[in-house]
Amino acid sequence: MQDAVRIEGVSKTFVTRSGQVHALADVSLTVGEGEFVSLIGPSGCGKSTLMRLVADLEQPTAGTVEVFGKTARKARVDQDYGIAFQQAGLLPWRTVAANIALPLEIHGVGRRERRSRVAELAEMVGLSDFADHHPDQLSGGMQQRVAIARALAERPRLLLMDEPFGALDEMTRERMQSELARITAETGAAVVFVTHSIPEAVFLSDRVVVMSPRPGRITSVITTGIGRDTARDEALRESPAFFEKVTEVRAALHGAPVRSPALEGR
Amino acid sequence: MTTALADPTSPVPETAPVARSGHRRTWVARLRAAVLGLLGLVGVAGLWEGYKAVGPEEGVLVGENRVLPRTTDLAMPHVWDMVQRLFEPVTSLGDAEPLWRVVLDASVVSLGIATVGWLVGTSVGLLLAVLMQRVRIAEWGLLPWIVLSQTVPLIAFAPVVRSWGSRIEIAGWEWPSWLSVAVIASYLAFFPVAVGALKGLQSPDRIHTELLRTYAASATDTLRKVRIPAAVPYLLPALRLGAASAVIGTVVAEVSTGYLDGVGRLLVSYAGQASGDPAKAWAPIFGAIGLGLVAAGFVALLGALMRNYRRGEAV
Repeated sequence: MQDAVRIEGVSKTFVTRSGQVHALADVSLTVGEGEFVSLIGPSGCGKSTLMRLVADLEQPTAGTVEVFGKTARKARVDQDYGIAFQQAGLLPWRTVAANIALPLEIHGVGRRERRSRVAELAEMVGLSDFADHHPDQLSGGMQQRVAIARALAERPRLLLMDEPFGALDEMTRERMQSELARITAETGAAVVFVTHSIPEAVFLSDRVVVMSPRPGRITSVITTGIGRDTARDEALRESPAFFEKVTEVRAALHGAPVRSPALEGR
Repeated sequence: MTTALADPTSPVPETAPVARSGHRRTWVARLRAAVLGLLGLVGVAGLWEGYKAVGPEEGVLVGENRVLPRTTDLAMPHVWDMVQRLFEPVTSLGDAEPLWRVVLDASVVSLGIATVGWLVGTSVGLLLAVLMQRVRIAEWGLLPWIVLSQTVPLIAFAPVVRSWGSRIEIAGWEWPSWLSVAVIASYLAFFPVAVGALKGLQSPDRIHTELLRTYAASATDTLRKVRIPAAVPYLLPALRLGAASAVIGTVVAEVSTGYLDGVGRLLVSYAGQASGDPAKAWAPIFGAIGLGLVAAGFVALLGALMRNYRRGEAV
């Protein structure tokens, strides 16, 4: 089986007016086909930069990034990944349907095929009734669902998500997490998911990659052990195994064990 | 396939009524705007007549300088005289047309020329903006010249354009004199469009341009799908300014190139007759104002057609 992402010995240095910033130092990471991997860490640990390197929105200063065995650039041109950012980034003058259709339009997909694919995606994210609405008529959660549908438009085998639920309220956020888990299970796509929420990372992922800043590097990788076939629902959030992993990730993040898991709740 | 969970925060239940009352509100707003517009017109006429009634005959002087005009019928004819004059024949000759008719005909000619000037100016402005957005060096190299171009007084180069034009003859086709006027009008109209469109084309959020980059979209696709739609809110005020500039440019160019069929010539020649027929001089002024209103109205219509691209703009 071919790996979705293979990052080897990657460093990234930004040159700014006030000098050089070492965003990433010697980072290596492999994401398997269909695997859900979260990148977590404090601000400035380079987790977004790492995702942007995979997306070929930045180029590494050293090291290599491969996506499905190709260079990141080739993978971008071949549309091997779909992407969603913290802001939904919908075009305000386009309807929900037209926003989802944007990548298909740009890649010359025929009108009829486009329409059926958009209908399919709108149903997948539960927005069939809102196809003709404009983004300003939608709530933040709905906008983000449109963005996810758009990212899935070309059936990518890899999804890149940069804090997609970061701007949502807690309730919407938990619901979106369940939906994302369902959608990725349906599509079988690998996911690189940037977040700063520990429960979110544990809830969704097969593996949680913990990073630390200055310079950004991977300090530990925690396997959640929550299988792909485990339902991502409220029961999981309440389970002791879940709390245990949350505590483990928190300990890894803070570099010290936390007092009592029982007090941690969520 | 499981259906998505219902979203209790969905704004839909409220959307429809909000939209409907919003619709009613826009009608009320429109009616109010129309009434206020009329009141403004009445107000100007009232101010004119009011000053004329109470102001001193010699006007108001501070030292040697007259800061307010004389109130004689020669300097300030009554509003109703101006209106009445419109319906009288242009000259005392028996078969003369009514004044309004002559002014209207001339205004229509000027409007046609201004439209050509506006279209040419808008096209040139848009092309320059696209060029400057695509090529950074073009922006550095062109923008100062574009700004500088507007500091050359119109009356300085209008005769030059006319004399160049009169020498152009291609395979029997002669450069018509109205085209010189249109070229000068376009020279004024292109400026706001070039500057406004450039700002608009540069306005998309980084998230949108990056998204298109992840789609490996060409620069042309990015221009079509993102930059041009995003430029609309910047473009509409620019087009309005351009339309006003085209009208002013047309009238001034008509005068300075000696073009005979437009409202510009009427302005000059009727002003010359003002000592004997003071109300007549106002007719082409009304004509010119009408031109401006038609131009602004046309752009407003354009804006209404493109309202989908103006979401997020305060209405």
